[in-house]
Amino acid sequence: MDQVLIAQASPAEKVPPLAAPAPGRDLRLDLFRGIALWLIYLDHIPSNAVSWVTIRNYGFSDAAEIFIFISGYTAAFVYGRSMSERGFIVSSASILRRAWQIYVAHIFLFAIYVAEISYVAASFENPLYAEEMSILDFLKQPDQTIVEALLLKFKPVNMDILPLYIVLLLLFPPTLWLLKRGPTLALAASSVLYCLAWKFGWNLPAYPEGEWYFNPFAWQLLFVFGAWCALGGADRLGWLLNSRIVLGIALIYIAFACFVALTWYFSVMSRFLPLWLEELIYPIDKTNLDILRFVHFLALAAVTVRFIPRNWPALQSWVLYPAILCGQHSLEIFCLGVFLAFAGHFALVEISGALWMQVVISVLGIILMVAIAALLAWYKRIEGRKPLARPIQSNADLAGGGA
Amino acid sequence: MKTLVRMLGTATAAAAAAAAVASIALAAERPPCAVPDNLLFSDSQLRRVGMAAAGERKLTIVVVGTGSSALAGPEGPPSAYPARLEAALTQKLSGISVHVIPLVRSRLTAEDLSKGMGKLLTDEKPDLVIWQTGTIDAIRRVDLDGFHNALEEGVDTIHKRRADVILMNMQYSPRTESMIAVTPYADVMRAVAQQRSVPLYDRLGIMRHWSEVGAFNFYAAGRDNVLAQRVHSCIARTIAALVIDAGRLQMFELKTGP
Repeated sequence: MDQVLIAQASPAEKVPPLAAPAPGRDLRLDLFRGIALWLIYLDHIPSNAVSWVTIRNYGFSDAAEIFIFISGYTAAFVYGRSMSERGFIVSSASILRRAWQIYVAHIFLFAIYVAEISYVAASFENPLYAEEMSILDFLKQPDQTIVEALLLKFKPVNMDILPLYIVLLLLFPPTLWLLKRGPTLALAASSVLYCLAWKFGWNLPAYPEGEWYFNPFAWQLLFVFGAWCALGGADRLGWLLNSRIVLGIALIYIAFACFVALTWYFSVMSRFLPLWLEELIYPIDKTNLDILRFVHFLALAAVTVRFIPRNWPALQSWVLYPAILCGQHSLEIFCLGVFLAFAGHFALVEISGALWMQVVISVLGIILMVAIAALLAWYKRIEGRKPLARPIQSNADLAGGGA
Repeated sequence: MKTLVRMLGTATAAAAAAAAVASIALAAERPPCAVPDNLLFSDSQLRRVGMAAAGERKLTIVVVGTGSSALAGPEGPPSAYPARLEAALTQKLSGISVHVIPLVRSRLTAEDLSKGMGKLLTDEKPDLVIWQTGTIDAIRRVDLDGFHNALEEGVDTIHKRRADVILMNMQYSPRTESMIAVTPYADVMRAVAQQRSVPLYDRLGIMRHWSEVGAFNFYAAGRDNVLAQRVHSCIARTIAALVIDAGRLQMFELKTGP
């Protein structure tokens, strides 16, 4: 996908396959991660009519795939360069510090969640919902619940992505090392782990029962694939991405997925879906990154890079700037989005759940996300001017080492 | 920008006004329990129910479920939907003796309920099992695959004993929506119902519909027993309509009364 740029920058030079990624940021990554953050926010507000615009309603994959893929891509982009320049130890230390930051952010969100359910527990006693109120039983055993939350085993609704990301980053130093030595071998190892997880049902345990909602052994494939693309894999796939046949297959698959997705909402259409096909494709397993979801993401990515080149002029325009800004501060904006989804739902319950209110909450939330991202960018700018500021490394978050 | 804000303001005000007028109009026109046909009925049949009604002239129904199939307090059992379902079916069907047995145990998952299915079928010999489940599974966030398997096994056990089954999903509970993600579990229940050709009583969709048309206010936080009783009464009446439709019992139906 980067062939256009490479061709323009160095027409005579051959890019060696293991070359470090091209310098300079690919704004498309920030753009799509920013959009993914908005979509995750909209999807996290329950009963929100505005979430009809999000991609999960029109195919198999959703914003989570975009988010994890781009996070893998940017992590390899930032820490890969750091590993080349400053060695394994230093880059591993930065990666682990990043994992720690995400852990702290996750626990912060958990504190907000506890505050919310405590409020509900104190104020809500409708006898119709006596059973639903047993969600508050977690408050009755704080000794257990809080310890399980600290161990990342107890995870409230909508708080599953950050724990996944923490595990992926903890395992990233050796993965990155292998990716830089033998990228194909690393990707093959990742695929084998994915298959083994499916075959033997590997997953991490959750509390009070069950397993992780995002199985790290399955979802690592998407993260490692993103990292592999960042370290030259995307260039090696160039011939494939430029092929008309691949484009055709991708478009047909996206159309097929869209048709299947529509049968979920319009039961009239499900009669056009033959039973054998239903039995073949269902259930589409999000926990274990169903292959249908993975392929759907690949198809979307292939079509996107085909029609949106890296030097697309609109990437510099003000129209897309808000999304890019959010994508550049993804950890903070992701956490803000989870909080805003809680707060938005609270407002819908306390003030009004009408359609106009859903629209207002959705729009207002995104405006707040953009405003906070702008504030964070401003902080980085003023702190960057200080004489003691760290060199290029301080840019790691900005370039997307973030969640 | 200012114009945009003003336009947005006008648009939202207009939308709000329209929604308010629409909900008042709907509330005035319809009885509170009204549900669109496509939300309640499907092509799935209850053959055993039809046979029992035509042959033995009696219908034994077991409600297997958890807390949301019961109401607390001394007047709880007679005002919860299982008892009201017996009353509604008895009133609507002439010459058929209807018996509804509530077997409600709190805090059990679909897997727990599925395991007990064999024994209760032996004990009660029902013609129809109304299996309400999913809420505890969503609260405890059990594995979706396991949930799917438990439902299939339970439904197969019921079918093997020549009884019919209606699956009933969760309540619509706007206040706990951000804490309990019911949708994935409701999707699994819909899928199992479709695969096994079993009627689904979509309590979630039906209650959401009642909320949208203004029939009930599910946001109320207070200790409102009247609301709970009215909702259970409507649930009972709509299940009765579903049983009559899917069991093809129209021929026994009395023409009088709602």
